Amino acid sequence: MSPLKGFFNSSVARKFWMAITGLFLITFLLVHLGVNLVMFAGKDAFNQATHFMATNPLIQVMQYVLAAGFLVHIIMGIKLTMQNKAARSVGYAYENAAANSSWSSRNMIISGGLVLVFLILHMRNFFYEMKFTENIGTYTLDGVVLHNDFLLVSSLFTTWYYVVIYVLAFIALGIHLNHGFQSAFQSAGWKNSNWKGLMQTVGTVFSAIIAIGFSAIAIYFFLNPAQ
Amino acid sequence: MSKLDSKIPAGPIKDKWTNHKNNINLVNPANKRLIDVIVVGTGLAGGAASASLAEMGYNVKAFAYQDSPRRAHSIAAQGGINAAKNYQNDGDSTYRLFYDTVKGGDYRAREANVYRLAEVSASIIDQCVAQGVPFARDYGGLLDNRSFGGVLVSRTFYAKGQTGQQLLLGAYSAMNRQIAKGKIAMHNRHEMLDVVIVDGKARGIIARDLITGKIERHSAHAVVIATGGYGNVFFLSTNAMGSNVTAAWKIHKKGAYFANPCYTQIHPTCIPRSGDHQSKLTLMSESLRNDGRIWVPKHKKDVDAIRNGTLKPTQLAEADRDYYLERRYPAFGNLVPRDVASRAAKERCDAGFGVNATGEAVYLDFAAAFVRYGKEKAHVSGLHNPSEEKILELGREVIKSKYGNLFQMYEKIVDENPYMTPMMIYPAVHYTMGGIWVDYNLQTTIPGCYAAGEANFSDHGANRLGASALMQGLADGYFVLPYTIGDYLANEIRTGTIPTDSPEFDAAEKNVTDTINKMMNIKGTKSVDHFHKRLGKIMWDNVGMARNVEGLKEAMAEIKSIREEFWKDVKIPGTANSMNAELEKAGRVADFLELGELFAKDALDRNESCGGHFREESQTEEGEALRNDKDYAYVSAWEYKGEPADAVLHKEELEFNDIELKQRSYK
Amino acid sequence: MSSNKDMDLLLKIWRQADANSKGELVDYNVTGISPDSSFLEMLDVLNEQLVEKGQEPVVFDHDCREGICGMCSLFINGEAHGPGDQITTCQLHMRSFNDGDTIYIEPFRATAMPVIKDLVVDRSSMDKIQQAGGYVSVNTSGNTQDANALPIPKADADAAFDAATCIGCGACIATCKNASAMLFLSAKVSQFALLPQGKVEAADRVKNMVRVMDEEGFGNCTNTGACEVECPKGISLDNIARMNREYLSASLAD
Repeated sequence: MSPLKGFFNSSVARKFWMAITGLFLITFLLVHLGVNLVMFAGKDAFNQATHFMATNPLIQVMQYVLAAGFLVHIIMGIKLTMQNKAARSVGYAYENAAANSSWSSRNMIISGGLVLVFLILHMRNFFYEMKFTENIGTYTLDGVVLHNDFLLVSSLFTTWYYVVIYVLAFIALGIHLNHGFQSAFQSAGWKNSNWKGLMQTVGTVFSAIIAIGFSAIAIYFFLNPAQ
Repeated sequence: MSKLDSKIPAGPIKDKWTNHKNNINLVNPANKRLIDVIVVGTGLAGGAASASLAEMGYNVKAFAYQDSPRRAHSIAAQGGINAAKNYQNDGDSTYRLFYDTVKGGDYRAREANVYRLAEVSASIIDQCVAQGVPFARDYGGLLDNRSFGGVLVSRTFYAKGQTGQQLLLGAYSAMNRQIAKGKIAMHNRHEMLDVVIVDGKARGIIARDLITGKIERHSAHAVVIATGGYGNVFFLSTNAMGSNVTAAWKIHKKGAYFANPCYTQIHPTCIPRSGDHQSKLTLMSESLRNDGRIWVPKHKKDVDAIRNGTLKPTQLAEADRDYYLERRYPAFGNLVPRDVASRAAKERCDAGFGVNATGEAVYLDFAAAFVRYGKEKAHVSGLHNPSEEKILELGREVIKSKYGNLFQMYEKIVDENPYMTPMMIYPAVHYTMGGIWVDYNLQTTIPGCYAAGEANFSDHGANRLGASALMQGLADGYFVLPYTIGDYLANEIRTGTIPTDSPEFDAAEKNVTDTINKMMNIKGTKSVDHFHKRLGKIMWDNVGMARNVEGLKEAMAEIKSIREEFWKDVKIPGTANSMNAELEKAGRVADFLELGELFAKDALDRNESCGGHFREESQTEEGEALRNDKDYAYVSAWEYKGEPADAVLHKEELEFNDIELKQRSYK
Repeated sequence: MSSNKDMDLLLKIWRQADANSKGELVDYNVTGISPDSSFLEMLDVLNEQLVEKGQEPVVFDHDCREGICGMCSLFINGEAHGPGDQITTCQLHMRSFNDGDTIYIEPFRATAMPVIKDLVVDRSSMDKIQQAGGYVSVNTSGNTQDANALPIPKADADAAFDAATCIGCGACIATCKNASAMLFLSAKVSQFALLPQGKVEAADRVKNMVRVMDEEGFGNCTNTGACEVECPKGISLDNIARMNREYLSASLAD
């Protein structure tokens, strides 16, 4: 075996990389939610935060790492799913999977797939608008030119169907995380029965925070449109 | 007598094996690569032999009817494995294990073989630990022991109630290492249907591929039969459904003498039958008798009340219970040997004290053990004045850690919680001490054909002590056969590969094919199981725990007529050239129908009671077994002569130089 | 739980002539089944009926019928070894069903465990995984050191035993939506990783066993935990985590 081959190319390794990229994306979600929650502090605070994110050199570098993380997670996920389908070429006529496992654990490709579709829409809604258009107005605060990202975000959520789509996507994300969080620790080998219960609880609480936190912003600005 | 040379080495018993090993021929490592050995059966004996022979350099061809060597029925052995390690410092020694085994076998075993078994027993434990077998350990990290029936020391090593499993998986892993190296060619889902004899030597086998139905020829310089016992002749037994006598019977028909077929172990602690649908019986490990007390009610009225459900066994007062083993055998109590415990249960049930609907069950009660362990545990955990409930709870935990899987197994089958109500048990056919006659080298009366493990007759006499089957299987496979077979193979180094296109192979294959075609073409009206059940019933009724001359004669006649009917009226659907479970069963039952008659004939010949063989004509006034050393201190080795009834008896006289012959007493 | 009354059942059983044929579910009615009989004894009754009619009986793997050999392998009503925790098919009793029930009986399914006939599957791929390293490389000389020369902490010995109780039935694979063999493999890796005897070659063992598992075409573990629930011996998911750990550190050390 060539050096480190097993570390990149085997069933266990693929799961490890799913886990590592997953945990990395989880960290990203935390940062993302943290920035978003600043919206509740008002327009200027949020725009300052996005300005920081758009200009900080470390964050700029991390953007590419993040993109890579997404790509690896998505491509690996699809590849694993295809392999797993091939591993049972003839299926069962009758399956009672609910007797032994949770829906979320069995359907990561569905919850993940929904999140991916959402991600594309989300990138179009915000990333594209912010990076590739001049549609966002600017203003100066304390001598710094800020983009009014606050307006971009808050105005999107005045449209009811965007709110519905986003909230549904956040629920899918929560479901994905509910299994993904603790699963990542298992795949990386950082789990045993003593910690299992705690990790599951932390994972569920975390998923709920992510899903509710993001949804709260969408719903809040639908109910309280910014002027 | 010409062929019955037991080849026991000269010298004092404790030096025999060492001297023998020093004097037998060896095969040089380079020459071992030129020699093929066939091993049929991959349980403890066959698996261990295959692995060891392959490690030594022989080319091994191993055969199992299951889909993997790991499934052999050795895996079901629960309680443990004996070894004279004396780790408990309770006075154990090689001699004591030897003595207990000969005495337990009711002085019908060959001394030299048993001594060798005791001698190598300690190596088995060392070997298995080195292989990574996870035996039970105490808190100091050292190996733990428990006691088994018929002995006064703790020498049984165990892995919960799954010792056989762990030992077999150890042998299986050793095999896997050699399969990976290409030194063992493993033939799963293959059944041996004949042995091929060329120039008077075993040179190969004919086997059926159970998936395709293809009849195959396999050649070798020697053939080892390690296919276990024939308890399934009783239809209901604790053996696996597929356990059979076929390989052993085929070599018997080709010249291997069959020894002591009537020595059958009826194990006292099995789950009682529940009805006619039953396909097999399940053992509850003998180790349970360490902690369980066996009883039936003292009075018939209580028996009736229990049977019709108005009285629960837990409600019956101590004074109204008959702990019959403790009463009859105060010295050994509940830990008397298996044959004694089984007969005592039968005696009580025949007298009408059986506690279930069929009248064939006695209680195995752990209540006293719950209290004893509970108090101990409470003491250790510093609980003062614990409540009775608390003591019971703690006690149940201790029992659970010792026998959890057995209790769970019981509950799954019987649907009663044995932590809350006593278990019900009844004797069932479990092991056959009889088998292919072998000399000290484990060679049968066919040169080049060996028999190991339960398939041979050699070490247990008329009754096997608990935890000794695993010991014998592994001793034969790891430490005896790999040496002794070299003595024979040393003369085969110039033979070269045995061709499979010889007339002998042609004839053997034709014989197999003809038999299969004959069976398939009967196209009768009754299923294989129909005949098997009838055979089992006559065996159990007439050749079971108690035997007498009329019953045995009747059994011989009856089995013969069932056999004739079988060959006229059996119905086997499907084809011979595909997977066909009915055809497989038919072949096995056909052989059982011959063996059963020889079995009864052997029991008839032996007009004494010894070990598992109880002749009603030979008992003391108290109803205890009465052995007759003057007339029957021999091994019965039967030579095949066409019909089982025509088999010719050869006697191997047993000499006891190191143990005094005594009437067994466990009082 | 049903009463003591005998049951009538509709069975939907997978019939397939051989590995290359196409199979299908076939309906069979059985009557008068005692709730005290085991599931396999119920199939015995069916087969006896089929033989009487001159039809080929349903072939299924079974041997010890006491839950330890690992031979029996049925997927019953959507679950490996049917309803009930920590039992094999042979330990499943008909009292778990009700009169009038319809029961689906299918073979264990995985690409790496193809059907041989009816309900019998080929599990030799599992043996191949074991052959890749599921052993301690010690010859049977009998001249190893004394068994008590190497004390092993009771907790380690017990954990190794728990892992070693795997019966190799394949229920974990059959149950896993990915047909992954991780629980099976990890049980053996864990047993030896926990014992000093096994540690010597632990790194090579886990790498080789995982490689063969992948080559045999088993799926990847997605941590659904179904295997642990359906395992007749209750082998813990901890073993998979331990194996992942062993594997990752072993392959990093390459």
